[in-house]
Amino acid sequence: MAPVLILFYVLAALTLSTAFLTIYSKNPIHSAIYLVICFFSIAGHYLLFNAQFLAIVHIIVYAGAIMVLFLFTIMLMNLNKEDEVHKPRITRLGAITVLVLLSTVLMVLFRNSKPFFGDYAPIEGDFQSIKKLGTVLLDGKNGFMVPFEFASILLLVAMIGAVLLSKKEKQGK
Amino acid sequence: MNNILNQIGIENYIFLSILLFCIGVFGVLYRRNAIIVFMSIEIMLNAVNLLFVAFSTYHQDAKGQVFVFFSMAVAAAEVAVGLALLVSVFRNIGSVDISNLKNLKG
Repeated sequence: MAPVLILFYVLAALTLSTAFLTIYSKNPIHSAIYLVICFFSIAGHYLLFNAQFLAIVHIIVYAGAIMVLFLFTIMLMNLNKEDEVHKPRITRLGAITVLVLLSTVLMVLFRNSKPFFGDYAPIEGDFQSIKKLGTVLLDGKNGFMVPFEFASILLLVAMIGAVLLSKKEKQGK
Repeated sequence: MNNILNQIGIENYIFLSILLFCIGVFGVLYRRNAIIVFMSIEIMLNAVNLLFVAFSTYHQDAKGQVFVFFSMAVAAAEVAVGLALLVSVFRNIGSVDISNLKNLKG
């Protein structure tokens, strides 16, 4: 077996098991830590694809920003205890049924999908270096300039919204 | 490293993404803690992003990765607003248990 394949299986097992432990563990802090490991292993997958810039951005955005936000919120709400009551048994059984059925249906759906999207034909040359990505992203004619600017507006609006939502209301009201 | 998909195969990545997505769906349905539900949504988003990157490599086209950047920006905005909402809910109700949020039920 090729070493790349072994690496893939190790990373995939890490991703799936930590994703499952995120959901399964009772303590929200532990969930957040497992989620960090899950994100790091997904960044490892990106590195396997030779998409370095994406891997770095993924680590910065997810493991850096989003998980710090999660951890701060958990600690702000003082949730790091394990007193959560479970959902009723019928709901949990339904969730497990959905997991099994959905994964089975999707797997069977995509099992024979290879003829529809053709064979993998690697071309020589570079298509995902930072230079190429910047060209594709910010090309004047057929690039993604307008969505890029809209993303900045979205982030600004989200920032204002988050501040407004979490601001304390005045006492006099 | 350029022929990575020759050695691993796109099917493996499709199955990995499917399993990751199903785990996310399972988390949304299984847990009551709203923060864990948010984390499950993040897992689902990451599964889709992984599939985007896999097919971007498969077709040797950088546009898939550019789409992943946008999806990351949207995910960051979504988490910021969602956690602010959760803080607000926690301040008003005193817990983040989603089964307490039934005021709209007739």
